[in-house]
Order: sequence, then structure tokens, then C-alpha cells
Amino acid sequence: MITIKNLYKSFGKLQVLKGINCHISPQEVVCIIGPSGSGKSTLLRCVNQLEKPDSGTVNIDGIELTSPNTDINKVRQQVGMVFQHFNLFPHRTTLENITMAPVVIKKTNKAGAQQIARELLRKVGLSDKDDVYPAQLSGGQKQRVAIARALAMQPKVMLFDEPTSALDPEMVGEVLEVMKDLAKEGMTMMVVTHEMGFAREVGQRVLFMDEGLIVEENTPQQIFENPTNPRTQTFLSKVL
Amino acid sequence: MQFWHLNIFAINILQPILDSNGFQLVIHNMGNFLHGTLLTLEITALSVLFGMFLGLLAALLKMSRYKVLSIPGILYIDFFRGTPLFVQILLFYFGILPLVFDATSFEAAVIVCSLNSGAYIAEIVRAGIQAVDKGQMEAARSLGMNNFQAMWHVILPQAYKIVIPPMVNEFIAMLKDTSLVAVIGAEELTHSGRILVSVTYEAAWIWGTVALIYLLLTRALSMLGDYLERRLATE
Repeated sequence: MITIKNLYKSFGKLQVLKGINCHISPQEVVCIIGPSGSGKSTLLRCVNQLEKPDSGTVNIDGIELTSPNTDINKVRQQVGMVFQHFNLFPHRTTLENITMAPVVIKKTNKAGAQQIARELLRKVGLSDKDDVYPAQLSGGQKQRVAIARALAMQPKVMLFDEPTSALDPEMVGEVLEVMKDLAKEGMTMMVVTHEMGFAREVGQRVLFMDEGLIVEENTPQQIFENPTNPRTQTFLSKVL
Repeated sequence: MQFWHLNIFAINILQPILDSNGFQLVIHNMGNFLHGTLLTLEITALSVLFGMFLGLLAALLKMSRYKVLSIPGILYIDFFRGTPLFVQILLFYFGILPLVFDATSFEAAVIVCSLNSGAYIAEIVRAGIQAVDKGQMEAARSLGMNNFQAMWHVILPQAYKIVIPPMVNEFIAMLKDTSLVAVIGAEELTHSGRILVSVTYEAAWIWGTVALIYLLLTRALSMLGDYLERRLATE
């Protein structure tokens, strides 16, 4: 589904990614963990080209994203993204937030898009919030709407960039529940997270990143119980 | 008792003013002032309206990644912000427009003021767009919108609220600056004043009235601005 080869990325003099290689299979849920500044978010943002890598390739479903002939907007329609700070459109209601992309991009008719949007709102447990503005929602509700918004484009892959890091602790659970359901339905997911519980329970594979490299990757069980790399061991001893 | 004081005021101060030659002239020529005021408002409104289109276009050009687009935008904005409006009026009315078509002073006034206003509005729009949270553009693009769709559906609807207060200021500034087109004989308020003074020699009364009318107009506009700002703040 996603194949990343030799990915390098720098911001000015700071080298953030130093040669990333990884492959993600269809329906796989991969969690990326690691200390802050290790390049997790940058890696995720390179997958949908919100950041342009300096070199290396990203291939999604056979399409080479880094090739100049690729229409990146087409690819992004297949790749949903959920942000740490939700980034809902504050000038639109939740329903309009969800219908906007299908209506604007796919030219779906409004009634059809609204029907899908209501279905998605029900799925994330917010049926009654279709007519409110994002400012009236709690953090957890905002993030669930953001997930619904991304799903409205019927993506093949979902990217989650620390989706629960900006939430009050009591709201983390409701967002993780939605993500678990999504994983059960067979969505291919890449999740940058500090929620070790989620990585252990839902992740099929865990990548540990440090200083711009994937230092260790394994099943959650192996990573959390028998980490082989000393840097993984140090990190886990601090967070677990 | 208090009314007695008012009476003194009316007889000794107000009455002589009302009887004065200058005041009578002002009343007598109110039609001229109103005609000038109307044209001032017309030139201002048209200039700011065209200026909004020019400004939006110029702002988008200036922010473009492509130099072929950004350089014309930058040159336009720099020229009209970096030279006096007075000089621009003279340059266009006497220098450039005659080469293109035979512009009336009114047309020339609207053209130059629009171009000038567009340059200032471009910077207002640019500041407004850049004030919208960066995550908004990323969210729109991550859904698969192209740059234009994201601008149109996500960024601009949020920028316009930020842009309204400085836009009202631009409107007020433009209202005052249109007085400069009197020099090419466009019949706006200041021009009316000039004609009346040259006929009546009542400079204090005539220019005083002109100033008062400008003041009333700018006050009304800034009150409208305050109202809009309050309404948008509560939304």
C-alpha cells in the first residue's frame, strides 16, 4: 500500500529524516512512536506531501508521489489526514465541514454528501451535533468530526498525526474508540502517537523512531516487552 | 431661569451668525455642496469597489510561488504605494490616459483612485490571508483541494472578517484623498468649494463647510466600521 524508500528531509541545516525505508501493507495499522523531534510527524507529512522530501520516494498504491507527473491533489483524496490541532473549518458547521470536500472536489450533489456526512457523524457518535459550529464542540468532539471529515473522501489510507496530544485526558478515550473501530473495519492506518496503550492494543506493528531514523520495528508485543535497541529501551523506560 | 440664558445666547451670538453674509451664502449654495458631496461619494465608492478586485488579484499575484506572477504584483503595489496620489493623478490624467483614450476628469479620477486603492487593499488582503491559521490551508490541501479551491472555500471566508476593520479605514482614507482630484477638475466636494470661494471670497465659511461635510462623512463611516466590527466579533 505505502512504500517509502530512502527518504531524506531537512529544514534548513537541521536534518530531520535521514534515510527512512518502510512498507505498509493494506489494512495494516502501524503506530510510530519515539521522542519529540525524532521526525515522526515529518515522516507522516511526507506521505501526503505536505512536506516535500529532499530525496527518496513515496509510493502509494502504485503511484509515485514524488514524480513530477503525479497529480498530488488526486492522491491526497485517497489519503485522509487527522491533525493534532483538528484544523476544522471554524466558519462552517460540522455537517458542512464534512460535506465540503466531496462537494467541492468530487462535485457530489449536496443532498448525497449530506446523507454520507450524517452517516459518518453517527459513526463517530455525534449525530446530534450536525448543526453546530466547531467552536461549540469539546476537543474530543472536534477530533471526531475531523476524522469524519477525512473519511468523507472515502480514503484508502488514514494518517493520524498525534490525534490525542491536544486533548484533555478524559477525552482521549472517545477518540481512540473511533480509531479502534476504524482499524477493525480494515482501514490502512499510520498513527503517530504517544498513546502506548493504543499502540499496544490496536497497532499491528510499531516503528520506533529516533533522530531521523527508524531504529527498531516489530510487533507491539516484542517492542514493548523485549525491545532490543538500547535507545528504544531508554525511551520506553521513561514513558511506560 | 435657564431658558433666560439660552435666550441671551440666541439673540447675541446665534442670530448674528445666522444673519451673516457667509452663512447665507452657505445655505444658498447648499445644492452645490450636495452635488460635490455626491460625486465625492461616487468616486470613493467606485474606487474602493474596483480597488477590492484589483487588491485581491494583486495580493494573490504577490503571494504566488511563480516569479512571472509575483513580480508584476509586487511592482504594481510598490509603485502605487510608493508615489504620491497627487503625482499619480497628474501622471495619468495628463500623461498616460490621453495615449489610451479621451478620459473625462471623472473617469480619470475613478481610474487613478481605483489603482491607488487597489495597491493598499492588496496589502490589507495579504495580511488577512496570512493571519488565517496555517493549519487551515493544510487541512484543505490534505483533503485533496487544489490551491484555488482551498483559498476560495476555506481561507478567504475566514480572512474577510480580519480584513473588514482595515478596509473601513481604507475607505475613510480614500474618501479624504479624493479631494486631490479637484486638481484635474473632477466636480467633487473640494472642487465645489474652490469654485464657490473664487466667486464669493468667503473662504472661511466655504472651506469650513467643506471640512465639516468631510468630517460628517468620515464619522459616519467609522461608526459603521465599529458596528460591523462588533457584529462580527459576536458571530
